[in-house]
Amino acid sequence: MTYIAKPRLHHPTLPINKVGYTRRDYEGKISTLCAGCGHDSISAAIIQACWELDIEPHRVAKLSGIGCSSKTPDYFLGNSHGFNSVHGRMPSVLTGANLANRDLIYLGVSGDGDSASIGIGQFAHVMRRGVNMLYIVENNGVYGLTKGQFSATADQGSQSKRGVVNSDSPVDLVALALQLGATFVARSFSGDKNQLVPLIKAAIVHPGAAFIDVISPCVAFNNHAGSTKSYEYVRDHNEPVNRIDFDYWPKREEITVDYAEGEVVSVTQHDGSVLRLRKLAADYDPHDRIGAMNFVQQRQAQGEVVTGLLFVDPQPEDLHAHLKTAETPFNTLGAKELCPGATTLEKINASLR
Amino acid sequence: MKPIEAVNDFVVKFANVNGSGSASANELFARAILRMGVPVSPRNIFPSNIQGLPTWYEVRVTEKSYLGRRGGVDLMVAMNPQTWERDIKEIESGGYVFYDSTRALPKSKFRDDIQVIGMPLTEVCNSTYTDPRQRQLFKNIIYVGALSALLDIDPAVIEKLFSEQYKGKEKLLDSNVKALHLGRDYALSNLQCPLGIKVRRTDKVGNKIFLEGNSAAALGAVYGGATVCAWYPITPSSSLAEAFQRFCQRHRVDPQTKQNKFAIVQAEDELASIGIVVGAGWNGARAFTATSGPGISLMTEFIGLAYFAEIPVTIIDVQRGGPSTGMPTRTQQSDVLACAYASHGDTKHVLLFPEDPKECFDFTAQALDLAERLQTPVFVMTDLDIGMNTRLCDPLQWDDAQAYDRGKLMSYERLEAGTEFGRYLDVDGDGIAYRTLPGTHPTRGGYFTRGTTKDRFARYSEAGPDYMENMQRLLRKFETAKTLVPKPLLLPAPKPARFGAIFYGSTSPAMAEALDALAERGILVNALRIRAFPFADEIVDFCNSHPWVFVVEQNRDAQLKTLLVNEAGVNQNRLIPVLHYDGTPITARYIVDEIARHASAHTVVPFKKVVS
Repeated sequence: MTYIAKPRLHHPTLPINKVGYTRRDYEGKISTLCAGCGHDSISAAIIQACWELDIEPHRVAKLSGIGCSSKTPDYFLGNSHGFNSVHGRMPSVLTGANLANRDLIYLGVSGDGDSASIGIGQFAHVMRRGVNMLYIVENNGVYGLTKGQFSATADQGSQSKRGVVNSDSPVDLVALALQLGATFVARSFSGDKNQLVPLIKAAIVHPGAAFIDVISPCVAFNNHAGSTKSYEYVRDHNEPVNRIDFDYWPKREEITVDYAEGEVVSVTQHDGSVLRLRKLAADYDPHDRIGAMNFVQQRQAQGEVVTGLLFVDPQPEDLHAHLKTAETPFNTLGAKELCPGATTLEKINASLR
Repeated sequence: MKPIEAVNDFVVKFANVNGSGSASANELFARAILRMGVPVSPRNIFPSNIQGLPTWYEVRVTEKSYLGRRGGVDLMVAMNPQTWERDIKEIESGGYVFYDSTRALPKSKFRDDIQVIGMPLTEVCNSTYTDPRQRQLFKNIIYVGALSALLDIDPAVIEKLFSEQYKGKEKLLDSNVKALHLGRDYALSNLQCPLGIKVRRTDKVGNKIFLEGNSAAALGAVYGGATVCAWYPITPSSSLAEAFQRFCQRHRVDPQTKQNKFAIVQAEDELASIGIVVGAGWNGARAFTATSGPGISLMTEFIGLAYFAEIPVTIIDVQRGGPSTGMPTRTQQSDVLACAYASHGDTKHVLLFPEDPKECFDFTAQALDLAERLQTPVFVMTDLDIGMNTRLCDPLQWDDAQAYDRGKLMSYERLEAGTEFGRYLDVDGDGIAYRTLPGTHPTRGGYFTRGTTKDRFARYSEAGPDYMENMQRLLRKFETAKTLVPKPLLLPAPKPARFGAIFYGSTSPAMAEALDALAERGILVNALRIRAFPFADEIVDFCNSHPWVFVVEQNRDAQLKTLLVNEAGVNQNRLIPVLHYDGTPITARYIVDEIARHASAHTVVPFKKVVS
């Protein structure tokens, strides 16, 4: 959390996107996280993704819980409304916000402590409800703000900076999200911007519950030899199953995709956007939920961190579809639209005599 | 012993077994009396259990419209052998017991001073029905039939109720009417009808309606413009959210598009329920949750966030017996302090205390307005007694001319006009700052909401002066709340009185009766019904203008009294708690006895020196 605003000096030749903003317009306050923190790389990826998607920054609502990762929404999209709620309970706040106004883009930012421990229940239920959002977990396996305790995603046998060995099994949030019905599930690495930025773009336009688990090493407490979430470890054990080239077309425009058989798979999403998956693993099919679960777990057993778009449902439904809610945002409705009126109340009274 | 004689003024209590299907028959009995123009006040007294444990249904028949519990029973319909002894004990001297005499009981099982009416219900049932389920269900209708003869209730009224209930289901209608007359005919031929207590047609119900507080609050939420309801099942509040769903299906579905102008989420727990409400309130939708004491405990962290981050939230607390799981199906007013100060740190919350279903409707709609006006959590403090019992009350009213109070909300145009926006700036001096909704303006009005301390421009700040200024402004806002919440209502004694009495919420009907009874005994009491916290100045004046003020409430620790001392600076030596907390609704008799006892102790007898 910071109160230091960035200087508003723009280089005159900074490129401007289709909605008239430069990259600088997508920045927030100066980060107070440790130099080299993976979370700052993720913030930078979010800034780039939103700029490239031509999103008006103020149309994004960014919500978080408590913790290092949950501070980061202050460091990007400075003109957006942000909400730093309570530990682990961001998903419910985001759900309510989304119900109040379905026209905004919802970005939930959380950490492994926030989502896999205190907030695991809310994480599970927000996925199961299919809330239209991008939910990013900045996963470093430790509690940074309280100086280095294990989180629930720390691998069994990994060591803390002080040399304590973790005896508990880890929670795999990707496996949970897959099992609970998230319609876009990916894992990435904060040090792999080329993979992360297109994933964030694709997840933002995905009209359902999108989840990205980003391994994001903690330089202060979890970037040492005994950790399985250090930069070195993740670089050595990363198995990317695909990279995506993200192209976006407006709705109802004819989509043509140019790809060579066997190398690229196109996924047309519900709203007309297209993901082109450049396959690195020849046999990986991102449409197979159960296959994804098996694949991730098999590789995990071998000590590999599988990254990439692991599953996407091209025809997702969201909570608003399930609840059949009106198109007009609820927060714009007044008594005229909502109140059944005095005459109806008289009839109700009459039925109660 | 002379049998009790009374017309339109007695108490009937049904002792049944949970799950035996008696609830609908008992309610039918109460409604029949109501349709004869005689006010009734029924109460379910039920266990936290699905089947097998004892349950009671107490019907107060009251031409004087005393809708509280009186205390004592004039006619016990004793259908549960498990509770026989205590049921017999509860009967007033000269009262009646009606029981199933298929196996006649020895005289030692009764009392000498009560009238015993035996009817071989099981035998009558078994000789008419062969199906075991029918035998069980129709036994209830048969005793209603017998009671209609014993109490002189017009059977045509009951038949009409059947015809409304079983409209289009002729077979069910016929079989129920048959069972009714089976019981009625037996009673007329074999029992002495009518008894000394009876019902006579009158017109004392007027245009009053008969409604549960939970349904009324749900309607208040519909009329008050709530679009988001997030809840988690808990007795006694579940039926509130279920009623909201029912009313929304009827009144909030767009007839053309079939789309819903509401969203109801049965959340995974209370933490999520309140979180959803906080998120929706932050983003400008009217949202509420309904819960009970244990739910409030779980919600307190979020309530503190909503208080400090200043987010509109409406919470309907249908109170039950606490602490912990306490008595889940019994009533109390024991969440007053928990709600007034919910969460850690220095917090104070707005509480509204409805007295009946009519006020459950009014106050819920009003709470949604107040929450937005004050940008803070607002609690509607109802309880099981109002929430889950059907009560007679004035018809619900709505003024179509009224618009929702959205509070200090900055529009795009106002932001564009260029005045300085500071999320926590006290522009008007009333402690209420202006807020913006996400997505309103590309460059102005955006801010970061957080539970941590901040300056007037919502910037993170741990500076002591910033924190203190913010906390002081929240106090000013609470002072403003005082001017917006419902005022207390004074019920003056017929003549100048030395004693005062303060009461609130569901205690109201028993209190009204107690005040009359006390006046008859010559104990004059000015009464004040508190309808909200923060306390209006009138409440302090009232306390200061009486040497002794009784504070009548349904909890052990005199929670409202504590709040009066803590928050209004009332001298605690003036306040005499009258506390009832066994889980049953307070009775007029209890209040009268307690106040009379204290009143005699406080009546000063001049000391006369004895001269030898």
